Order: sequence, then structure tokens, then C-alpha cells
Amino acid sequence: MTTFPIIRVVTKLLIPYILLFAFYVQFHGDFGPGGGFQAGVILASGLILYGLVFGLPAVQSVAPPRTIERLMALGVLIYAGTGIATILLGGKFLDYSALEHNFYPHYFPSGQHLGIFLVEAGVGVTVTSVMTMIFYAFAGRNSVE
Amino acid sequence: MSIEQVVGLYNYWIVVFLMMTGFYIVIARTNLIKSIIGLNIFQTSVFLLYITMGRINGGTAPIIPAVVADAHAHAHPADAHATDGPAGHSLHETADELIYSNPLPSVLMLTAIVVGIATTALALALIVRIREEYGTVEEDEILELDRYS
Amino acid sequence: MNLIAFAILALLAATAVTVARMRDLWAAIMFTGIYSFLSASWMLILDAPDVAFTEAAVGAGIATVLMLSTLALTGKEERATTRSPLIPLLVVTVTGGALIYGTLDMPHFGDPSDPIHLYPNPSFVEKSQEDMHGLPNVVTAILASYRGYDTLGETTVVLTAGIAVILILRRDESHPEQQESP
Repeated sequence: MTTFPIIRVVTKLLIPYILLFAFYVQFHGDFGPGGGFQAGVILASGLILYGLVFGLPAVQSVAPPRTIERLMALGVLIYAGTGIATILLGGKFLDYSALEHNFYPHYFPSGQHLGIFLVEAGVGVTVTSVMTMIFYAFAGRNSVE
Repeated sequence: MSIEQVVGLYNYWIVVFLMMTGFYIVIARTNLIKSIIGLNIFQTSVFLLYITMGRINGGTAPIIPAVVADAHAHAHPADAHATDGPAGHSLHETADELIYSNPLPSVLMLTAIVVGIATTALALALIVRIREEYGTVEEDEILELDRYS
Repeated sequence: MNLIAFAILALLAATAVTVARMRDLWAAIMFTGIYSFLSASWMLILDAPDVAFTEAAVGAGIATVLMLSTLALTGKEERATTRSPLIPLLVVTVTGGALIYGTLDMPHFGDPSDPIHLYPNPSFVEKSQEDMHGLPNVVTAILASYRGYDTLGETTVVLTAGIAVILILRRDESHPEQQESP
């Protein structure tokens, strides 16, 4: 934790934009460079920056380790669940054509697009929470001697 | 050795140089953290090897321009054949003029980078535990301690 | 543009050598961050914006933070080695020479007739537009759809590594949440 005022103020100013950029990369990943892996890492680096400047307890009250632990598994569950859903809808595992629907397809993603959206969301959740959890594990350890 | 060969192969030479620098750090240094840094340099050189292979001269990033993509997005699967009129043709021609660099190496390396950082974190966690048990992160001192225990 | 690429490559090589020569681990880790940024720049020139993006965020961001936090737990001076660097240098030179000899038969850089650009048929980039109903980023389309199984595996590897780090580093007795939970 640092008490240097410039760092604290600049960090507070920057973090909203880092998080916003992470969500942009996540949801715009189908159209430009980006996707779940990148968005997850950027979101986690926003949280890590907060933790570095304001201390571990501060960031752990924003993102409690218990929640992060569950999110780690939830991401993979979303990914695999999309695969199971396509099986239940009559397709093959992770064959997103089964997700085709006729409910305003011009406004809501459909078919392959919907599948990719769900899968990237799963990847994003897992990568964010794993990177944050790894940081917690290292930062929570006290220095020996 | 001709100029053509140098221009055509310099990317591999750079990659080999970086790879060997990483390899040197891994085998010449006894500090475990330094070895991980060396492995990271080695790993990045492999990423660069794949990415340079995917490049095409005069190509562009494999992201389809919005004009071409929109034409497909609004063509609902049912009436996809109906839109293939004169307008569709001109769109296909614009798309054909563009050369895209190969997206496959990008995909492979994208996942490799994230898996790489996860495994690096695992290695660093092991180093922290080794330091707590042995009181040192120098490889030869650890071997020495193991011998006399 | 070739000039920029050349400058980046020279800096890349110089940074790698500096890291190898350096004794101060803290500075070496900072140079690793610079190295990651430089390789991300080269990847951008090589038309791989997605990878450049990831490398910049992972290599220069997360990896640096993790290594520095490890350093805080272990100590930041590297002990001077008594071993002679001659044998490693010899091994590296021989291996590097063999690899460079091997590259002489490699397909040339950026040549459209390289095998990698011909198999599988490159038209799959355009064809992905019909499969994906106009998803512009082909990299995302391949990552999440065509190679969906692979990405599922990679995500699981990330999860497994995360679990392993928790198992190695978490202290049971001093864990605050266990005292809170009923």
C-alpha cells in the first residue's frame, strides 16, 4: 500500500477506464481484436492495480476471494454448459448452429454468433478470476524472516 | 548466401537468437527466478516464430471489413441465396482484393500465452514454497541442503 | 515500415542480452516487461493484433506483477555464480548453429506460396463469413467455434493452474475466511 497521493489519485482516475476497456474488449471481440482471454487479463489487471495501490483488504472487499473462487469454476461451467445446451437442442457438442432462433435475429445474436458470445463470456470469467486469485495467493503470503 | 535468402529468413534468425538467449539463462544461471525469466524469453520466441509464419507480404490483419461482414450478417440463412444478386457480386470482389494474413497461428498462440502465464504463476508459487522450506532460491544450495539432510 | 521493424528487432535482441547479463533481479524483471512490449509491437507489425494485445496485457502486466510479488517473498539479489559460463555458451552456440542451419530450408518470410498459407485452403477465411453470419474477426471465430474443443481444454488448463497455485500457497491456519464462516 502506498500513501503517495499522486499515485492514489491517478489510480482512482484510471481504474474505471481500465474496466470499461476490458468490457469493450470482451463484447467487441467478435468485431475487432479482442475476446475473452484479453478481456479477462485486462479486467484482472484493473483489480490488481487497485490491490497494489490500496492494499489487499481493500480489493478483497470489492472482489471477495470466496466469490472469485466460485467464478473460476463458473466460467468453465458456462463454456461446457453451452456445449451441453447444443446437445440438448439436437446438435453436436459445441455445434452452435443448434442455437439458431427466430426471435428478432437482427437485434439478438443468433446461432454461431450467440454461441461464440457465450463461450467468450465463459473464458472471460475464468481468466479474470484465475488471474485475480493468483494475485491474492501471492500478495496474501507474508514475507519469510 | 544471397540477399533474397537474408530477407526471407531473417525472422527465423532473430527467433533463434532470442531462443538461445533464453536457453542460456536457463542453463547458466542457478537462481530459480532467473531461470523462469529465461523460460519466459524462450516461450515468447516460440510465439514470435509462429506469428512470423502466418504473415503474408501485402496482407492485412484477419478482420473482415465491416462492409463485407454486414452483407453476410443481414443475409438471414433462409434468404442467403436471394441476396446474391449484382450487389452481392461487387461485395465479393472487394473482399477478394484483400489478402488476409493467416489467422491460425494467432489462434494457437493466443491461448498459449494465457496458459503460459498460468503455468508461470504455478512455477513461481513453487519457488515461494521452496524458499520457505530451504531459505534459498539458488539451485546448487538447494541440492547441497538435500544431500546433507 | 521495415525500418521500424528493424529497430524493434534490434531492441528486442539487446533487451534479451541485457536480461541475460544482469545480476539485479528487480531490473531483470523490468527488462522482461520491456521485452514483452517490444515483442507485442513486432506481432502488431506482423498482422496479429489479437496476439499483440494479449502479449502486452499478459507479459508486461500480469507477469511483471507476479514476478515482483515473488521477489518480495524471496529476495532480489542474484548470487554471483562460481560456475564458468563457457560450457553453457558452447552448448547454446552449437544448438543455435544447428537451428540456423535448419532454417536455410525453411519457407521464406511473407511469401504467399508458403505451405502454411496453402494448406488448409486459405479460402476458409472468406468462407467463415458464411458459416458465422458475418462475424468480422476470423481469429475469434476460429478460437471459439471451429476450434471450440481446444479452447475448452485451454480454459480448463488455466482453471487447473489457478487451483494448483491456491493449493500450494494458501495457509489454512491464518486464512481469514475460515474464521468468519460459521
